[in-house]
Amino acid sequence: MSVFVIRRLLQSALVVLVMSLLVFVGVNVVGDPVEMLVNPEADQAEIARVVQSFGLDRPLYEQYGLFLLNAFKGNLGLSFVYGEPALKLIVQRIPATLELALAALLMAIMLGIPLGVFAGLRPDSKVSKTIMAGSILGFSLPTFWVGIMMIMVFAVMLGWLPSTGRGATVNVLGIDVSFLTWDGLAHLLMPALNLALFKISLVIRLSRAGTRETVLQDYIKFARAKGISNARVVLVHLLKNILIPVVTVIGLEFGGLIAFSVVTETVFAWPGMGKLIIDSIHSLDRPVVVAYLMIIVLVFVIINLVVDILYSILDPRVRLRDVKA
Amino acid sequence: MAGTGPTLRVEGLRTHFFTNDGIVKAVDDVSFAVDRGQTLGLVGESGCGKTVTGFSVLGLVDPPGRVTDGRILFNGEDLLTAGEERLRSLRGNRIAMIFQDPMMTLNPVLRIETQMVETVLAHQDVDRDTARQMARDAMGKVGIPSPDERLHAYPHQFSGGMRQRVAIAIAFINKPDLIIADEPTTALDVTIQGQILFEAQKLCRETGTALIWITHDLAVVAGLANHICVMYAGRIVEEGRLDDVLDWPIHPYTRGLLNSVPSQKKSGERLEQIPGMTPSPLNLPPGCAFKTRCPRADHVCDAEPELREAVPGRRIRCFHPHTQGTP
Ligand SMILES: Nc1ncnc2c1ncn2[C@@H]1O[C@H](COP(=O)(O)OP(=O)(O)O)[C@@H](O)[C@H]1O
Ligand code: SF4
Ligand SMILES: [Mg+2]
Repeated sequence: MSVFVIRRLLQSALVVLVMSLLVFVGVNVVGDPVEMLVNPEADQAEIARVVQSFGLDRPLYEQYGLFLLNAFKGNLGLSFVYGEPALKLIVQRIPATLELALAALLMAIMLGIPLGVFAGLRPDSKVSKTIMAGSILGFSLPTFWVGIMMIMVFAVMLGWLPSTGRGATVNVLGIDVSFLTWDGLAHLLMPALNLALFKISLVIRLSRAGTRETVLQDYIKFARAKGISNARVVLVHLLKNILIPVVTVIGLEFGGLIAFSVVTETVFAWPGMGKLIIDSIHSLDRPVVVAYLMIIVLVFVIINLVVDILYSILDPRVRLRDVKA
Repeated sequence: MAGTGPTLRVEGLRTHFFTNDGIVKAVDDVSFAVDRGQTLGLVGESGCGKTVTGFSVLGLVDPPGRVTDGRILFNGEDLLTAGEERLRSLRGNRIAMIFQDPMMTLNPVLRIETQMVETVLAHQDVDRDTARQMARDAMGKVGIPSPDERLHAYPHQFSGGMRQRVAIAIAFINKPDLIIADEPTTALDVTIQGQILFEAQKLCRETGTALIWITHDLAVVAGLANHICVMYAGRIVEEGRLDDVLDWPIHPYTRGLLNSVPSQKKSGERLEQIPGMTPSPLNLPPGCAFKTRCPRADHVCDAEPELREAVPGRRIRCFHPHTQGTP
């Protein structure tokens, strides 16, 4: 097991390194950074000063080395707009995005799995057909449009839910969270559902497919032949088997939730990383964009690692293979 | 429950599958009985309806299948009119089943212990520790070494033979009145087949459990069963005491089956396969279903033969049985 974890850690480090190169090349080489950095009306002397202070006159590999060294120290430059360290700006916004993504993830699991299993157990019932039709809508309607419609209906027309911001937050261990106040929850509900819609549909489809396949297995019939209750057959024998692929996909999609929150955060003015990155792209705030990309890479790598470990906990067959490896 | 006749009596059972392509009469007018301490062999080629018969008794036929007719009397109680909750309380408790493929019958993601203990807890009012102790005992009885360790293992850590032993242990754990063993040795090596057969037989003898042993292999049933039913295309074609049937098979199909079993022939004699294939269950020939493969078939066989007592104690479904001449 530990050999497996160490190997996966090394792989992860390599991925981060490669991504840092791509991000560096993407942001520093494509297009002239000087143009982005310097006021168009600046004179030669000023340009030279900027070029030197940013190390842009040095060879590329040196620039990349410097970038890596600084990044390793947690220094990804100062934001042009806020004049603060870019990394700090991003990190400050992480809790809001993470809360939104986790809430969406929770919704995907709590709604998607029961609905999907039901549709799988009774594929011909009207309810199941409605669920599946709903999941197709969830897949195909664009997130921003659904978000706007939600605001129109629930905030503007009905006035039930607030349309923007995080609402009242509570500070827990130095992190501001919304879900502990009613006002915060009300603010969280719509954006989380909006972000979750696609994932709910995905989980429904996965759970349904898994259920339909699993109910045909001999071990389900055998479990029934043992006379254990239907509830136990479904909740233990069936669910534990379909959870393996569902957890894998949900886990891997969590990174996607964080990345996709860009759209939802923009629609609902949710003060997270996504909103910040859109604003920073508009104002060409390069260090912030770089910091964001690096953080997203890290998030994806960590998620993959956690999913692998979770997977081995859920599936004893994987566990054995790792012990042998 | 005593004095209500045999442990299980099945009368005129019909189980049909209503598929998009038509009605599959998987079990069509099947009757048999088995009593305490007795073993009934249910024999026939693959696809003749043996497994569906077993599932019908347990009330586990899934759509599009449905029992359309007949009676299944278990200790005198008709299971076809029993409610689902009553059936559940009998399954795994009074009637247990062992499946054909041991690699598929145990849930891959649950520990052996979980799968055994839940079988006890579903039916008996005992605490978990007692159930665990019962699981341990049951594993010991089917010859699984160091049961304590093995209980914590997962199915994939067991060989096929060991898994089937676990399945047998589960079947016996609540001391049922009846066990339906659906080709439990077919998927195993020959040497292990013998051991499994021996274990199951021994347990049944010790506990007086009635046993239905399903197989496509007559050699397996020889020496195991008291009584035998030979099935073809969803119907029983010959039924009688095992020794009688093996000594003198009357139905042409039973003869064909016996001729294809090596141990039944003197050395030097040729083994003969029954010519042709089992007809598709969707379009059985009218009249006797064996007509297309039967050496004795003639125009009379265009009508449907009824099950009748050809010689005392022997019921067959054929117009031209081997009642005269050599065995
Ligand atoms: N779910 C099903 N749908 C349609 N036909 C089925 C189904 N299950 C079994 N059958 C049919 O019932 C017949 C008997 O099957 P089975 O009892 O499994 O045979 P055996 O156990 O003797 O090999 C076969 O012809 C099979 O095609
Ligand atoms: S009824 Fe005719 S076809 Fe059928 S088994 Fe007897 S002889 Fe053969
Ligand atoms: Mg079968």
